[in-house]
Amino acid sequence: MSSLFSMEIPITWYLLLSAVLFSLGVVGFLIKRNLITVFMSIELMLNAVNLSFVTFAHQWHAVRGQIFVFFVMMVAAAEAAVGLAIIIAVFRARATLAVDRIDLMKL
Amino acid sequence: MHLILFFLFAGFCLAGAINLLVQSHPINSALSLIVVMTSLAVLYLLLGAEFLAAAQVIVYAGAIMVLFTFVVMLLNAGREERTMGSRTARKVGFPAVVAILGILATVILKAQGLGVAGLRDGITSTEELSRVLFHELLLPFEVTSVLILIAILGAVALARHGDGDPHGNQDPHGNGERTAGK
Repeated sequence: MSSLFSMEIPITWYLLLSAVLFSLGVVGFLIKRNLITVFMSIELMLNAVNLSFVTFAHQWHAVRGQIFVFFVMMVAAAEAAVGLAIIIAVFRARATLAVDRIDLMKL
Repeated sequence: MHLILFFLFAGFCLAGAINLLVQSHPINSALSLIVVMTSLAVLYLLLGAEFLAAAQVIVYAGAIMVLFTFVVMLLNAGREERTMGSRTARKVGFPAVVAILGILATVILKAQGLGVAGLRDGITSTEELSRVLFHELLLPFEVTSVLILIAILGAVALARHGDGDPHGNQDPHGNGERTAGK
């Protein structure tokens, strides 16, 4: 039991978790049919990439990787504010959130 | 300890992400996304990024997800109807997802020289972080603050109800009042 408590885990597992989370975000982007949930899948992908940034910052003892995550967070906050404002504007114009019905620009 | 914490919170992460996909009500998806983000904060802490763990909880799980749940409730978003989506998404999208995951996994598993992470590793102190941020990367930091300012202006301009707008009400159904939020 004491060996279990002192065990270290390989960096690879963090990277694999990040890859799986990113793929789940892409799947969500493809299968979700609600505008807000599609947007949430994008946030999930951003978080997955942040995890691999932090992992590599830990691996190479580089502070700049963590600062990059900080910038990604700030940009994500700005993106969420503007994106949700766009969603509100779309809902006001079309009275629906289903992505199948928002097809004005579709060929 | 590291092992147990990693498996516990990686499991929470994956469960939350899968729950985000299978729930059909947006508010449930938002709540599972909060679970994912909070578990990621613990994983950041395990990797020694204490400032980012705090920022993850405050900015992501706090601010951004409050915005999401606020919009879900404001727009009164109901259950989504499940359709099969477009043919392009089925034929190109899903093979692309499998390809992305496969390529990433092969690259990661084949990578040499990756170390281990343990609880005894040092923690990057906030002092160290801010020293780099405010000395070497001061200009990007200031540019980002301008970006945030522009985003605030854009969000307000997009979400306001268009009084003062010469084109007036662009709402063809006349039901803008219940979404105006004022």
